[in-house]
Amino acid sequence: MSSPPTLAIETSGLRKLFGQTKAVDGIDLRVPPGIVYSVLGPNGAGKSTLIRMLATLLRPDGGTATVFGHDVVRDSDAVRRRISVTGQYASVDDALTGLENLVLMGRLQGYTWPKARQRAGDLMDAFGLTHAAGRLVSTYSGGMRRRLDIAASIVVSPDLLFLDEPTTGLDPRSRNQVWDIVRALLAGGTTILLTTQYLDEADELADRIAVVDQGTVIAEGTTDELKASVGQVALHVRLRDPGQRDKAEDLLTQELGVPVHLEGDPAEMSARVEDNSRVLQALGALTRASIEPAEFSVTRPSLDEVFLTLTGHKADDQSAGDAGEEAAA
Amino acid sequence: MTSSIEHVDDRVMAILVTHERPPKASPVSATITHLWRGIMAFKHFPAQLIDIILLPAIFLLLFTYLFGGAFAGSPSQYLQFFLPGIAVQSVILMTVYTGTAINTDINKGVFDRFRTLPFWQPAAIAGNLVGDVLRYLIALTMTIGMGLALGFRPGGGILGVLAAMGVLIVFAFSVSWIFAAIGVVASVPERVSGTSMIVIYPLLFMSNIFVRPETMPSWMQVLVKVNPLSHAATASRALMHGTAGFWDVMWALIASLVITVVFAPLAVRLYRSKNTR
Repeated sequence: MSSPPTLAIETSGLRKLFGQTKAVDGIDLRVPPGIVYSVLGPNGAGKSTLIRMLATLLRPDGGTATVFGHDVVRDSDAVRRRISVTGQYASVDDALTGLENLVLMGRLQGYTWPKARQRAGDLMDAFGLTHAAGRLVSTYSGGMRRRLDIAASIVVSPDLLFLDEPTTGLDPRSRNQVWDIVRALLAGGTTILLTTQYLDEADELADRIAVVDQGTVIAEGTTDELKASVGQVALHVRLRDPGQRDKAEDLLTQELGVPVHLEGDPAEMSARVEDNSRVLQALGALTRASIEPAEFSVTRPSLDEVFLTLTGHKADDQSAGDAGEEAAA
Repeated sequence: MTSSIEHVDDRVMAILVTHERPPKASPVSATITHLWRGIMAFKHFPAQLIDIILLPAIFLLLFTYLFGGAFAGSPSQYLQFFLPGIAVQSVILMTVYTGTAINTDINKGVFDRFRTLPFWQPAAIAGNLVGDVLRYLIALTMTIGMGLALGFRPGGGILGVLAAMGVLIVFAFSVSWIFAAIGVVASVPERVSGTSMIVIYPLLFMSNIFVRPETMPSWMQVLVKVNPLSHAATASRALMHGTAGFWDVMWALIASLVITVVFAPLAVRLYRSKNTR
């Protein structure tokens, strides 16, 4: 086990070009051990390229990256001894049974045949796959494949596990199972780097998040910090009388000290507020001016809103430079 | 299913706490493991056998009865000349599978997983190739068995036939490195077989497998003479009929060695640098 001060991942100015496309364009990361760190971004943001470089599968064009202090290019063998990778596409062998896949991994990690078989059986059991152990992987459901894929990644417990979009395309139940597995791995002492394009997934699992867009990190911090960066709370007001909206907008802008956003519905408007106490004052001012809200809500912003604010486009906006990810595939 | 959450948690926890790290697998052990993988996959898809058995059988029957009368007076006369040659074709057509299999692994991401494991990487390719020896053995047994049934009478006896099989397997093993290299660089498995056939068929016909070169124009005789497939067919013929001189066999072995020395390191290097540029 490494001493605590060694970072699980440290990158500096990491770059990767595919032709003219800057898939990863100068990324600096510092991931302490023992946490779930999420790299969040839309398709084509450079997430997979980043992981492939960190996992020694792709040579960076510039900058440096170390995993537990080992350089991913110069010392790739040492890196490989500490990590495991689970790809977007489950990279298990379709032509083998689930159990055989895990035996294969165990053998290649250096276990003897009996030990590899035992470990494979234990893992199939732990991941609820025993009933399908003797079946070809090509007959597995998406969720089963993903679980098998993760099991294959922890035949030897890695110190750092890369999970590249582990729940993409999974139904909600399978997704919850994968989340449970991630939490269990974390509790077992494994550092996890998780890429996802799902904001709720990052929100649910991650201790820290880096938001990546077009090959660069555009925001980094804890979930709370990121949410705070776009305002503490979101105030949402719906009026009884749409005709009063202009007046209400003026009043709220004045009281809250922030711009008020007019919604599509002519009776609705919203605002992001730094200071909670101002919300009550503002609502009081509306009442005194005889403007009656039909309803109002005060909520913390979702990561969706964070993403929209940071990038100017939505997280699931596919148009944002798919070229990078295509080239990486 | 409501209890599955605690269930998964507890079990995975229990398994993770061990944190043991076995010693690195040796190159031999890693190769054997990849060989095992190939055998298991073969076991699950016995349908592959149909290719391995039918392809040589079809060509053997077709050419024997199509060309036999014209080339040698009668099919059974022709068979004595032709069978050791078609044995070369039987194994060479199988070598293409090596490339297709490697390419499929790369495309499906199976090799990505292998590449993040700390074992001797060439084992992934070497294991595949060693496993393919099984295919060659089946294809050869099939071809020669059918030949015997049709009236092929090898003057070299069982020992001669076995020696010929040995030389052909060594030769096919060396040629499979060429297709391993193509398998690494090709974009999709279909392209591997496409490219390979363009290379293989002209080489097969431009050899002494089907006819004696004496009737060919002299420029073609030169090409036939340097074609490694001709050396393999010559060795196979000489050993099966018990007329083998030292150089009959030696040229086939030298060709195998040269092909291996050139293409094995090339395939491994291409594989190692694949996608890391």
